[in-house]
Amino acid sequence: MIAPLATLLTHAAGADRAKAGLAARGCDDPAAARLSADLVAVAAGDRQAFARLFAHFAPRVKAYMLKLGMPAQRAEDLAQDTMLSVWRKAQLYDPSKAEAATWVFTIARNLRIDVLRRERHPEVSDDELLEHEDDRPPADELLDGDRRARRLRGALAALTPEQAEVVRLSFFADLAHPAIAERLDVPLGTVKSRLRLAMAKIRKALGDDDR
Amino acid sequence: MTAHHPDAALALLPNHHPSDALLVAYGAGSLGEGLSLAVAVHLAHCPDCRATLAEVEALGGALLEDLPPAPLESLSLAATLDRLDREEAPANPCKALRLKPSLGKPSLGKPKAGSAPQPAMGLPRPLRAYVPSLDSLSWQRLAPGVRRVELLPRTASGGAAQLLRIAPGTALPHHGHGGLELTVVLSGHFADELGRYGPGDLAEVDGDTNHQPIADSHRDCICLIATDAPLRFTGLMGRLMQPFIGL
Repeated sequence: MIAPLATLLTHAAGADRAKAGLAARGCDDPAAARLSADLVAVAAGDRQAFARLFAHFAPRVKAYMLKLGMPAQRAEDLAQDTMLSVWRKAQLYDPSKAEAATWVFTIARNLRIDVLRRERHPEVSDDELLEHEDDRPPADELLDGDRRARRLRGALAALTPEQAEVVRLSFFADLAHPAIAERLDVPLGTVKSRLRLAMAKIRKALGDDDR
Repeated sequence: MTAHHPDAALALLPNHHPSDALLVAYGAGSLGEGLSLAVAVHLAHCPDCRATLAEVEALGGALLEDLPPAPLESLSLAATLDRLDREEAPANPCKALRLKPSLGKPSLGKPKAGSAPQPAMGLPRPLRAYVPSLDSLSWQRLAPGVRRVELLPRTASGGAAQLLRIAPGTALPHHGHGGLELTVVLSGHFADELGRYGPGDLAEVDGDTNHQPIADSHRDCICLIATDAPLRFTGLMGRLMQPFIGL
């Protein structure tokens, strides 16, 4: 496929922007920024960037589907479906709002709900906020993507084993809170307070703890 | 921040929010469709909770990153690129999007010239994928002063969602709840022991909480009520129906 000039320029601009960002930050963990720049490039039709994203994310999305109890073939299909969605929706990706991994996660999650439960996941997109100005500075002004990624990993690592367990069960077991409580043999309130404490740590790590 | 005047309500931010735990469940995708819909309606009103959701989803992204990669089939990328080629034949990149459920359905809400974003009876977008407008609904009488429309009679994960329209001054019976019940106000107000709820406010009730909501403004209170289990005559709806269907 030959990309039209405009899209090539967009791609180049995206890559330059990402590189400039890396240089400015003196970043030691360029992974998140590289994935983000690749996603921007995919929006412009860059197949090499897509292949890189595929190599990184498809095996992880497959692992996610396997964790949620899908048979191997189904998990493989859903990993491919997720990546196809990534290609189709790449134009909607806003690097200033979310990391690539965050965005891919939401696509995989919605696909999983659609396929596994035949349900929808009702969502709100940013232009749908009702009548209220969000005067919060955008995410990239709070913390740039790579620092966010590293702080988030730090916060994840700092969760107590009990907190990490309820977080993982929430994301990877498709269990509602009462079912998690039952599995862990703890009161429902304990599950909820562990999640609250876990989120407090995440929020603090992301520098947004003034709420 | 309190709603002093019904017409000013839309300009105010919600006072009653989902718990962090509920937002984690929503962001992780472990809530059923009806409960998720109630949360999404609140999110449409609430920048603070959207910020928390962004954090939850970032957490999901970090967890995805941390998963040990599962080996793909040998021709996985080639197969995907192949499908991509077939799809691209009629190049229409933005077609198959499901990110915005509202895109496919034109809004029937009456746009008001010059008015800020939403007309008073405008539905929050997440709801528009389910009902075109509040005016077009056929309300079913349930009890004196209470009408309802079933939205999701029973979702695949076992939950249910309905709209209730409660006349001013109507008090619902004192009741407890079996499972999780979310109530989000679309218009008007109701009050219970925990406070007063206006548009966008979400009441999250589970386990043995007792509450007695009263529609307390001069016009009907319309709210969306979602439960995580089929209606087994335990929650609000069940208690309402009990006297009328003899259970």
